[in-house]
Amino acid sequence: MNFTNFGKYLLLLKAVFRKPEKSSIYLKAIFQQMNFIGVGSLGLIAIISTFIGAVMTLQIAFQLVSDFIPKTIIGSVTRDSSILELSPTITAIVLAGKIGSAISSEIGTMRVSEQIDALEIMGINSPGYLILPKLLAGITMVPVLVIFAMALSITGGYLGGTLSGAVTPAEYIQGITTDFNPYTITVALVKAFVFGFIITTVPAYEGFYVKGGALEVAQASTRAVVVACISILACDYIVTQLLL
Amino acid sequence: MIEIKDIEKSFGSNIVLKGISGKFEAGETNLIIGGSGSGKTTLLKCMIGLHTPEKGSVQYDGREFTDMNFEQRIEIRKEIGMLFQGSALFDSMTVQENIMFPLNMFTDQPFKEKLERVNFCLERVNLEGKNKLFPAELSGGMKKRVGIARAIAMSPKYLFVDEPNSGLDPKTSIVIDELIKELTEEYNSTTIVVTHDMNSVMGIGDYIIFLHEGKKFWEGSNKEIAHTDIQELNDFVFASRFMKAAKKNF
Repeated sequence: MNFTNFGKYLLLLKAVFRKPEKSSIYLKAIFQQMNFIGVGSLGLIAIISTFIGAVMTLQIAFQLVSDFIPKTIIGSVTRDSSILELSPTITAIVLAGKIGSAISSEIGTMRVSEQIDALEIMGINSPGYLILPKLLAGITMVPVLVIFAMALSITGGYLGGTLSGAVTPAEYIQGITTDFNPYTITVALVKAFVFGFIITTVPAYEGFYVKGGALEVAQASTRAVVVACISILACDYIVTQLLL
Repeated sequence: MIEIKDIEKSFGSNIVLKGISGKFEAGETNLIIGGSGSGKTTLLKCMIGLHTPEKGSVQYDGREFTDMNFEQRIEIRKEIGMLFQGSALFDSMTVQENIMFPLNMFTDQPFKEKLERVNFCLERVNLEGKNKLFPAELSGGMKKRVGIARAIAMSPKYLFVDEPNSGLDPKTSIVIDELIKELTEEYNSTTIVVTHDMNSVMGIGDYIIFLHEGKKFWEGSNKEIAHTDIQELNDFVFASRFMKAAKKNF
């Protein structure tokens, strides 16, 4: 995003937070979006998180071959990596692809088919009506999905580690319960909140300002996912630097 | 009544509108005509606030629209109904939800009353019983009629119509034109139609503005349009062989 685009993005966000015309309609839209973003992504996040946890445990076990390092460390490293980095970031990047492209194409198609103009003519604040429910659903449901991903990633680590014989169940459970710092959960949820904001607003911006037709909508959708992913990784670094 | 004064609009170095003025009376079907790229749709978008003109003013019954901010414009926009070229129906909503949408947003009527209004609007455009269909299930002409039904849901004082006949067969075009004319009289609305369809011009044009290369070349009624000496206008109106042959009867 260059500075002009960033300025337009901020102006769009300002318009998003104008007073809603009718709260009840917005509330209904928020629940619909929560269902789409949250419930609709549960299956995908579950599969990805479980496998990532399992693979991570196997790789940690492969690298920790020294007799001086207890195998309980495998559980500890899996836990901390899952909570602090992998669950929030992988979940966010997967959602940027799934949700981000859907948001960008939906709003972009509405733009090129004059549906956004129709909203404006009726006197409706189109950025608020189209983006605010998605934004609120994103910043509430992405943290929920991240918590779900953390639990499944650690469970996946248990399954991967014990089924392969890399670690015993007792060692793994001892590892994940030793020296647990609850602050890591706070850091992960702050990240999830920020990522939820990015996943919904960046694609919405790309879709909202589309000009042209089907080709431009598709290009905006691709751009939305790329920009959202880069923004997620940049914000990941910033939040980690600030909070740890 | 809508009055525009000296509207100028450009996109980069391309000057699209060069000082357009006009007065559109209530209860009349006002037409903005011209060839492709003459600035018709840009003028319409300047009038409804989708484009901001560099110069000039738009007044709705004396209320200066161009100087208003977003919140101030809402009151006028509640009085506007618009039919878009592509109908612009909300894909994810049924016909009923599309028509009920402005009522949901701006009124506190109970559902039963809103449904009655929806059914009245659908009946008005001869689409009774099509409430549960989605836009994807409608033909082009039906979409236009649902678009009109949505536009009249709030009983508009100002009705804007962009290319109502594009993509429609001649018979459906006439139905749509007649519907626009009837609704204008019924609601005593100030109706502005952007078109290049000569059937519409001859059929419903109470007041017509002809744009050519961003300038207003001519204004008058459909009775006067066939009898002008303006070359650009004659080239536009009588472009087809049919119209040339019909000219003798005007």
